[in-house]
Amino acid sequence: MSLKTPVNSDHQLARLLQIGVVLEEVVEARAAKHADAAELDDDVRAFLREAAAESAIHRERLDELVAELEADSVPFDEVKQLVEQRYETGSDFDGVLYDQLCNEETAYKFYDDLIEVLEGADASFSIDRERVLAVLREIRAEEEDGVEEVTELMEAKE
Amino acid sequence: MNTANQYLKAIYLVQQIEDGPASTGAIADMLDVSPASANEMIGKLEDQELCSHEKYKGVDLTDDGIHRAREALQNYCIIERFLVEVLGVEDFRGEARQLESVIDETVADRLDTIIDREPQCPDCFHPEEDVCALLEVEADPAD
Repeated sequence: MSLKTPVNSDHQLARLLQIGVVLEEVVEARAAKHADAAELDDDVRAFLREAAAESAIHRERLDELVAELEADSVPFDEVKQLVEQRYETGSDFDGVLYDQLCNEETAYKFYDDLIEVLEGADASFSIDRERVLAVLREIRAEEEDGVEEVTELMEAKE
Repeated sequence: MNTANQYLKAIYLVQQIEDGPASTGAIADMLDVSPASANEMIGKLEDQELCSHEKYKGVDLTDDGIHRAREALQNYCIIERFLVEVLGVEDFRGEARQLESVIDETVADRLDTIIDREPQCPDCFHPEEDVCALLEVEADPAD
């Protein structure tokens, strides 16, 4: 038996997408903070800025879906403030890149689980499920690329 | 969180409430499943040496079972706190129960970076109230 709860309402779908938005906001805020704060090589700093920009695009795409479901997203400034309040990490290469690897892997895992749940759902939503899945699959693929990129960067710094 | 971990968490909480072995009926009630389903899963957990089940007495978690149950409970606490503190969700208990099967521990760890969780977590979890005793929320309207 399984205790997996099916996603069967606009409300539940919006909630999961909101969580995706917050995760992207966390990634964006932490990557930007690392890029500003740490003493880094130019290639690492450029990678972090690019990762922050990519997360901003992801959250905007998720935001659009959340808005179509007539729900609100958590404003970026609010999450940025929460990240600032509790920010702590090593600022050397290993700490910064390891944190970014966790960010990318976590986002990938979240989208992978969400896609699996939505693929198994037989409910209909007020927005086209296939369109939601297409967006999520594209973002998941970019997160997968991000994991590879950060891994290569870590290996190059060894 | 996978099904096995949800069971371990439920057994852990029922053991706290009953202050001893957990009855399969109470475990089934907490998870809203049939007693037959609960028995089947408890058997599987016993095979993995995560709990021991004595007929007419109840279920006891082993040390490994307790370790996994506490991790699962911590994830659940993170989800509840995140729903309250970041998203301002009123029915956070109901939604946390729905979300716990979708929110994996790596995702919970990231959400944990923006919430205000106490270091003694999950010891501060109140099993009957289904919420951290240190989280300031209004009483459950279902009570």
